[in-house]
Amino acid sequence: MNMIQGERSGRRSTPLLEIRDLHTEFRTGAGTVRAVDGISYAVDPGETVAVVGESGSGKSVGALSILRLIPDPPGRITGGQILFAGRDLLQLSEEEMREIRGGEIGMVFQEPMTSLNPVLTIGRQLTEALEQHRGLERAASHQRAVELLKLVGIAEPIRRLKQYPHQLSGGMRQRVMIAIALACDPKLIIADEPTTALDVTIQAQILELMKELTRRLGVALIIITHNLGVVARYANRVNVMYAGRIVESGNAATIYHRPRHPYTIALLNSVPRLDRPRQARLDPVEGQPPDLTRLDAGCSFRPRCRFAVEACAASRPDLTATGEAGHFSACFRQSELGVANETVKETAA
Amino acid sequence: MSTPLLEVKGLEMHFPVSEGILMRRKVGEVKAVDGVDFTVQRGETLGLVGESGCGKTTTGRCILRLEKPTAGEIRYDGVNIAPLERKELRGLRRRIQVIFQDPYSSLNPRMKVGQIIAEPMKVHGIEPDAAKRNARVRELLSVCGLNSRFADRYPHEMSGGQRQRVGIARALALNPEFIVCDEAVSALDVSIQAQVINLLEDLREQFGLTYLFIAHDLSVVRHLCQRVAVMYLGRIVEMADSDTLFSDPQHPYTRGLLAAVPVPDPSVEEQRAFQPVPGEVPSPMHPPPGCVFHPRCPMAVATCRQQRPPIREIRPGHFVACSEVS
Repeated sequence: MNMIQGERSGRRSTPLLEIRDLHTEFRTGAGTVRAVDGISYAVDPGETVAVVGESGSGKSVGALSILRLIPDPPGRITGGQILFAGRDLLQLSEEEMREIRGGEIGMVFQEPMTSLNPVLTIGRQLTEALEQHRGLERAASHQRAVELLKLVGIAEPIRRLKQYPHQLSGGMRQRVMIAIALACDPKLIIADEPTTALDVTIQAQILELMKELTRRLGVALIIITHNLGVVARYANRVNVMYAGRIVESGNAATIYHRPRHPYTIALLNSVPRLDRPRQARLDPVEGQPPDLTRLDAGCSFRPRCRFAVEACAASRPDLTATGEAGHFSACFRQSELGVANETVKETAA
Repeated sequence: MSTPLLEVKGLEMHFPVSEGILMRRKVGEVKAVDGVDFTVQRGETLGLVGESGCGKTTTGRCILRLEKPTAGEIRYDGVNIAPLERKELRGLRRRIQVIFQDPYSSLNPRMKVGQIIAEPMKVHGIEPDAAKRNARVRELLSVCGLNSRFADRYPHEMSGGQRQRVGIARALALNPEFIVCDEAVSALDVSIQAQVINLLEDLREQFGLTYLFIAHDLSVVRHLCQRVAVMYLGRIVEMADSDTLFSDPQHPYTRGLLAAVPVPDPSVEEQRAFQPVPGEVPSPMHPPPGCVFHPRCPMAVATCRQQRPPIREIRPGHFVACSEVS
């Protein structure tokens, strides 16, 4: 792991957020689930980083761990460091952490109906953040709330402030969530599947809004999603997760055009694409995702992997540099996959 | 052209909206489906796409006769099934089956998988012999790519993809000819989704099935369907064969919808100029006058606010409901 950090620190800016070897576990009746099993990545100021994975890959737990929002019990962060603007978030008191949440780090969740308080008006939920974190007076916070709603493209902001979440549409609620996230000029926004519950045209509006605002205001964004298209359109860098670990990490273009992990390759090949001629048949990832309570010492993707060899059962491959700048893959056979990849692309074309 | 297996004409499903606790009175109507026409040929897969509230699911429920339409005809194999009563529908239920979206809520958690799949056979009195019925259950499981051991398990012991396979096996139990797939792969993870799509394609070939494939994921629809109808606020706005619809969409809504789908390729995305469709879907209780899409439409002119454009055939097999398309 240290080697990777060494290489990464060669970048121009110091990262805004740096996660080092984070471990989060859940103790369940069936055993201990290592939902996040040693992940490390960094986010530069103003950059958009995507964390991609399927259900159970640990992508959401990883994001919630940054904010220390893991319900304990059953969950617990068991190791690692989360360095944000020079401080280790895991060492802060609960009080200090409350200052960070909604202050320097904003949050946008998947389901705006459950993350907004149903019995408070939109206005109250916005001003509460401002009064708590910024110590603004009533009048000043009200004015700022109006500005924020305008910023996220909500018409008639004064009327909307008096309304309750159920009176708004799904897209509008998500706009409000973004306004709340932006309320205290955060340096980082963590968005967990921000558009999964929305329709395609509304999803496009919300993503464009988030992209435009984070670029204009220089806010860094961690976007957690399962949608490979969303990642391609919006992310600078991508971390692909499988069974609690990052299996591949790199620039968006590298990950999509020259993937070096069998899971990433399989994932990209399994989706039907609108920009390509229709295929006769899809090429799915065979088998089922692993049971996280029964992981062995080997690579957890091994049972579904076309490239698996004996070594894959013996130990788990660490993320190692592929040779391309900032590109890492956790596969013993990654150098061979560079070649395999070309043939995959040729057959697809 | 041969007679279609399914012919839907002027289908309407209006739900009353009432108010008051003691004195309930009707205060309005939700026009969930408001004049829909289409046909499905035997062996064909028709895709029905659109966003929430466009009426695609209600259309499917009308064809399954889980709803009784308020107007219009549904001709299935020559017989209008729209006005039939409960008892008369029994025969139909064997021929038309459904696969639902959510493999978590559409399977009874207290029944074993084997019982779930055998249930339709019991209800319809097919295979009254228990041993034969069990053999059939095992056969259906293996057709759907599941080990016969799964017959003794409960749904909660299975993954989402496995449960969806159980839902498919149950739909096949009565040897239907027509299956309504209502967001059948939407809840599944990407890697599992491709497996189930391939299974649906194999089954279509193996059993000569006809599908009505209701979904919001356009890339999946394009992959699976020969023809596609796009719905918006209770109406079909465009219908064409799949390749034409996706390569040469005509209705401004279809175009907006296609542009909104991000492609999993950063270089392609970088080069796409992209303007999201503005606004939101209006309430189906108070649809706008004229063309229902006009408040969000970049091409709208004065007449669009007054006249509802009829759906017309702009070239063979390509139907568009827009007065601005020539």
